[in-house]
Amino acid sequence: MWDYLKLVVLGLIAVVAAIAANYAWDLAYMVNAVTVMLAAGITFLVVLRGAGEVRTVNKNEYMDGVVRAGVIATAFWGVVGFLVGVVIASQLAWPGLNFEALQGYGNFGRLRPLHTSAVIFAFGGNALIMSAFYVVQRTSAVRLWGGNLGWFVFWGWQLVIVLAATGYVLGATQSKEYAEPVWYVDILITVVWVSFLAVFAGTLMKRKEPHIYVANWFYLAFIITIAMLHLVNNMAIPVSVFSSQSVQVTSGVQDAMIQWWYGHNAVGFFLTAGFLGMMYYFVPKQAERPVFSYKLSIIHFWALIFLYIWAGPHHLHYTALPDWASTLGMVFSIILWMPSWGGMINGLMTLSGAWDKLRTDPVIRMMVVSIGFYGMSTFEGPMMSIKAVNSLSHYTDWTIGHVHSGALGWNGMITFGALYFLVPRLWNRERLYSLTLVSWHFWLATIGIVLYASAMWVSGIMEGLMWREVDANGYLVNAFADTVSAKYPMYVVRMLGGLLFLGGAIIMCYNLWMTVRALPSRVTTHAAVPAE
Amino acid sequence: METYSFLRQFADSWALLSLFLIFLGVVVWAFRPGSSKVHDEVANSIFRNDKKPAEAETPKPHVKEA
Repeated sequence: MWDYLKLVVLGLIAVVAAIAANYAWDLAYMVNAVTVMLAAGITFLVVLRGAGEVRTVNKNEYMDGVVRAGVIATAFWGVVGFLVGVVIASQLAWPGLNFEALQGYGNFGRLRPLHTSAVIFAFGGNALIMSAFYVVQRTSAVRLWGGNLGWFVFWGWQLVIVLAATGYVLGATQSKEYAEPVWYVDILITVVWVSFLAVFAGTLMKRKEPHIYVANWFYLAFIITIAMLHLVNNMAIPVSVFSSQSVQVTSGVQDAMIQWWYGHNAVGFFLTAGFLGMMYYFVPKQAERPVFSYKLSIIHFWALIFLYIWAGPHHLHYTALPDWASTLGMVFSIILWMPSWGGMINGLMTLSGAWDKLRTDPVIRMMVVSIGFYGMSTFEGPMMSIKAVNSLSHYTDWTIGHVHSGALGWNGMITFGALYFLVPRLWNRERLYSLTLVSWHFWLATIGIVLYASAMWVSGIMEGLMWREVDANGYLVNAFADTVSAKYPMYVVRMLGGLLFLGGAIIMCYNLWMTVRALPSRVTTHAAVPAE
Repeated sequence: METYSFLRQFADSWALLSLFLIFLGVVVWAFRPGSSKVHDEVANSIFRNDKKPAEAETPKPHVKEA
């Protein structure tokens, strides 16, 4: 019965999408409508082929299929996102790579949101969803709640990624940084995200463990806060149901403040709270020691939650935003030093008594370096939020360097560590295919990040100083174009850093692939469980 | 008083104070007597149930001790 209802709904979606494609006002809308139609059609066929079959669910095992799919998607979108990053870094260094034939589709302006969304929402988002599903099952000691709803979250998120990415290239954007997806993609994101919350909270509610482990607190805060940010920042009225364009409800400085309240908390809750959930599970597991201080982790959590939400105005220093608001943002950013470093110390000290593992285990080395970068970028961020520093750093490459030491160093490295942790367990393998290749990945990625960040520091500070340089008569010394040409060597170094990071990720994919392909399955130890 | 001024004053007075007190309450609660035993137990919970869900009738570890 349930299957037939699904078929009716999927059929309706496909037909409506086909009609929408026919009446589309713009190309991006039409391509998106056709994509939805195809997705609904394929899902229709899959459901149809399985309709009426009796499916049994083994409640005595975890639902790991969706986690395995998430691991593959994380690795795939990671490589795609890093590759687009290298392409746009090259376009900045050599503007000739904005080919005339690709104007309007493959130039920097179109590819840049493709890169940021691919790495944050496709790579990072898949990493968060799959690790949340893995961690919440293990720490609650129950199978994932909601049956196939977990699969809906996975495939729904992939559809969001594809719709957003094709839309960007064809010009569908609402011009809000990190919130570029247009109104109908925003609606789909809301549906998928609420399902994600339901699956996660449902699993927590039927848990067998008396307490909710701290990693789940971070995941839950991430899911709820992102839902709130997404809804408020995307209040928009479509020009037509057949158009990708919409008009924002708020305007002017209110719109700017909402955008950066969203933007900074996307960093604070998507890229920090969610990934701290990963840290609090995978670092103790890989080190085989409980977290250094559970009390500190509780205080870390609440301090982070109470403070982060106020830090957004530091993106709007010296703008139309009232002074008190930007001072407020600055003060809260600086107070954030404490929970950030508390969390960093908690993560690092988890290794106390097991520091020798740093020498023998390249996976734990990756995790430790990621925590190190977390500490470094959460030191740099508050410093850059101070108005005097911001007057030099804002609008320069320093910001981009800061973001990448956080994103590549902290988010990237902890995700790589989690992937190396998960693949042997999820595919039931004794070990990873090659620890030497993990070491190669580690060094390529680390050197890549160092090259990237240092190039952007030099370039950013130079640029900031050149912009403000005045001669004895008070005239500006440099034209804008002077700063652009002065940055050329640093742009080449940045591209090389990105290339090394991408190379490391490709080595990781090969290593994970060979772990599954070339190694034999682990012999199962508990004889009481029947083999599948 | 216009809504904006009212909300702005409320936010940096009573709202700030109550949020700060809630936060202090959380910190005090984390350090309450007897919390260390609970925290040790939770911190180690990640090392069980790795392969499959807990059975319905598995006694809870802290119940066993009693």
